[in-house]
Amino acid sequence: MREEERRSRKRPKPEEHMAATQTNGRPFWSGTISFGLVSIPVNLFAATRDSRVALRTLGPDGEPLKRDYYSPETGRDLEEAETVRGYQTGGKVVTVTDEELERLAPEKSRDINLRVFVGREEISPLYFEKGYILTPADKSGKAYRLLAEIMELSQRVGIATFVMHGKEYLVAILASGGILRAETMRFSDEVRKASNIGLPKRKRPPSTAVEKFHTAIERLSKNTLDLDEMRDKYAERLLKFIQKKRAKHRGIAVGNETPRKGPGEVVDLMEVLKRNLNQGRKSKTE
Amino acid sequence: MARAIWKGILKVGALDTAVKLYAAVEDRKVHFHVLQGQTRSRVRQRMVRDTGEEVVRENIRKGYEIEPGTFVIVENEELERLKPPESRNLETTRFVPTQAIGNEWYERPYYLGPDDDDSNYFALVEALQKSQLVGIVRWVMRGKDYVGALSTEGEHLLLIKMRYAEEVLPANGLTAPSSAALEPKELRMAKELVSALEGKFEPAEFHDEYRQRVLNFVEAKAKGKHPRLPIIKERTTGASLDDQLTKSLAALKRGREKRVA
Repeated sequence: MREEERRSRKRPKPEEHMAATQTNGRPFWSGTISFGLVSIPVNLFAATRDSRVALRTLGPDGEPLKRDYYSPETGRDLEEAETVRGYQTGGKVVTVTDEELERLAPEKSRDINLRVFVGREEISPLYFEKGYILTPADKSGKAYRLLAEIMELSQRVGIATFVMHGKEYLVAILASGGILRAETMRFSDEVRKASNIGLPKRKRPPSTAVEKFHTAIERLSKNTLDLDEMRDKYAERLLKFIQKKRAKHRGIAVGNETPRKGPGEVVDLMEVLKRNLNQGRKSKTE
Repeated sequence: MARAIWKGILKVGALDTAVKLYAAVEDRKVHFHVLQGQTRSRVRQRMVRDTGEEVVRENIRKGYEIEPGTFVIVENEELERLKPPESRNLETTRFVPTQAIGNEWYERPYYLGPDDDDSNYFALVEALQKSQLVGIVRWVMRGKDYVGALSTEGEHLLLIKMRYAEEVLPANGLTAPSSAALEPKELRMAKELVSALEGKFEPAEFHDEYRQRVLNFVEAKAKGKHPRLPIIKERTTGASLDDQLTKSLAALKRGREKRVA
């Protein structure tokens, strides 16, 4: 099993479809944002959630199952403390600890140092990977607000690289409505060039064809996205199907209520963010 | 030369063009495995009952928990039937200005290349560039629904897979943190600091240096070496915001503003 799969599994799956996301209420990363010699303690939370309907894995009689890690030699169950992170190279296996990964880049693991402020529209959406929301930490409310305000006024976004959970990210820090957001981006060597793929060079198209396409585009032109069209239709069909089955009392399995392994606290991501954004409010001193 | 991962017909109103889809990103991550601490062999996983008894894959079923301990079982055939019908069409439903799409929607980019006839393909590229709009495209690929943003990159079509509405947090649901009022002096200094750091976005200037550092470290370890790593210093805070700004600007004036980590 790959290590990142395990990491993602360790984070519990959403219990209630769409309504809640289990995050344990803890930030995904904590550190500072800095520009010049100004340093702002922040917490980072995901700004996206999974839309998939969370189906549980059940046994033949509908009894809930749990995932179990075991040793291939002895067949014995393994606790998390009995496992390590490993890397295979030239027939050898090397182990690496969290602390070593952090000490390989002590500054970048803790600080997002904004090296340059660029125009928002200069960044091609090709680079964007995942959005996060930053909340003030350690009474950093004022410095947080200052950076958000300056970036919004100047219509600039800050660019940095930083290390999060053993990987370096190129990141854009943006401000909107007084809230700081982080968008992780791909490095340029992770993005292919059209020439490397072997796409043909442009040939001058007939102008009548260009005109036809242009007219078709104009005809379909709107000012905004249609959110209805952006919905996960499969998830909706599946949920509807489940409700129908439930109403007809078909395929229902009643098992013993079994507490799950690990932290089972269900936390709404929006609630977590609201609470964390509010923390700056209580500390009006700095 | 990369291989196309899918072929389809891109439709814009009554017009269409045959396209091939190519991945635009490469995975360059360093992959680790979970090992058993003592023997260093890869751990395996299995699904077990409460009693610890294993249930083999063929006997596993899926269910949705409607209330604690009660499941509606969904059979594999039922899941299959709920899948969208296969189609080769990429349907453009509307075109919107770039600003209508927040960054949080973008997930994964693909290039579209022409399949056989490229006159319509390059006509669409040119028309799209002229309109400066982004197309919203829906399609079904290998039993899954997708929604994407159609634009151009250089002289080719780019289709970025977008997140579903349910996956993106509503932007208007959150309130900004408040704090003590910002002093005009702080605003002025911060503004000066940010404008001193203004520049162009040059993606090629940023490198994943950490990836190489991790690889060097594991290679050294594999050779039996124990590379020395820096000690993590505790973060020092204390200086007031005013102080930090003043010192930053003073450093700038001394021409040492680019503190490259």
